[in-house]
Amino acid sequence: MLQFLSLFNTIFNDAPQPWQLGFQDSAAPGFTGIVTLHNTIGFYLIVICFSVFWALFSIIYYYNTNKNPIAHKYLTHGTVVELVWTITPALILIAIAFPSFRLLYLMDEVISPTLTIKAVGHQWYWSYELSDGCYRFDSYMLPESDLELGQFRLLDVDNKLIVPVDCHIRLIVTGADVIHSYAVPSLGLKLDAVPGRLNQVSFLVERTGTFYGQCSEICGVWHGFMPIAIEAVSTPQFLIMGR
Amino acid sequence: MSESAETTSKYVLQTVGFDARFPNTNQTRNCFQNYTDYFKCITAKGEDFAPCKQFKKAYNSLCPNEWISKWDDQRENGTFPASLEP
Repeated sequence: MLQFLSLFNTIFNDAPQPWQLGFQDSAAPGFTGIVTLHNTIGFYLIVICFSVFWALFSIIYYYNTNKNPIAHKYLTHGTVVELVWTITPALILIAIAFPSFRLLYLMDEVISPTLTIKAVGHQWYWSYELSDGCYRFDSYMLPESDLELGQFRLLDVDNKLIVPVDCHIRLIVTGADVIHSYAVPSLGLKLDAVPGRLNQVSFLVERTGTFYGQCSEICGVWHGFMPIAIEAVSTPQFLIMGR
Repeated sequence: MSESAETTSKYVLQTVGFDARFPNTNQTRNCFQNYTDYFKCITAKGEDFAPCKQFKKAYNSLCPNEWISKWDDQRENGTFPASLEP
């Protein structure tokens, strides 16, 4: 949908905004799935809230002591209503669980990747290794004094990770010292970087752009100052850059 | 455009594929297994044996460089925690 809209020169929101409440714009099928699931569950949330509050307020309104002086103290059981309020929530839970599991296992899948990128969390920066091409670099946050017009404070880095669009990319995340977490909302990535363990996730970027994220596991005093910036470029451009 | 087409023909984007022994998020063992398999392989068949190179490619793609250099040191010191005999 977003790709279709981009025909009309849509500006995508790939970085957090002040006081933002909604999601950033999706750039990966995984994140589109997450947003869709969120909306699906939001539908049930609204239906449940309305029915529960409607029942609660109508009972309070129609059956208060002024309107109902007689207490029905022997009315303690109703088989039909008990069946309804047991089976309906069970069906709702199933309706939520199935799309959720479907998405979970779809996102787990690693589809024959074209590129493996290793991201290593350090106190307090990320380093990347592209060993298929013998390439390694560190990615530090730009200090406020070095920012140029249009760059994001606390989000832009000196060396962005460059990835090709429309390629399945395997990301291997680990930590060098303490637990960090590699998170990029627009790409639907959030993966713990645990020392001594390699965590794998697969992602595919659907459009060019720069996507921002932050370390998402408290990792020390400068936890808030080790952002992630991923720049997606077309595949031919990626190959030229790799040279 | 011609330059990009030329580049595309020269450089191949390729990495180690999916391994059914390691279908989960945790790939630690995938990296370690390929590392040990490579050294087992060259002990048995010699460094020039072409199929061994697949293991080297795999562990270079999967293992952090720091781990590889640590294990290389351990092999030299004889303290590597796994048998490398074929």
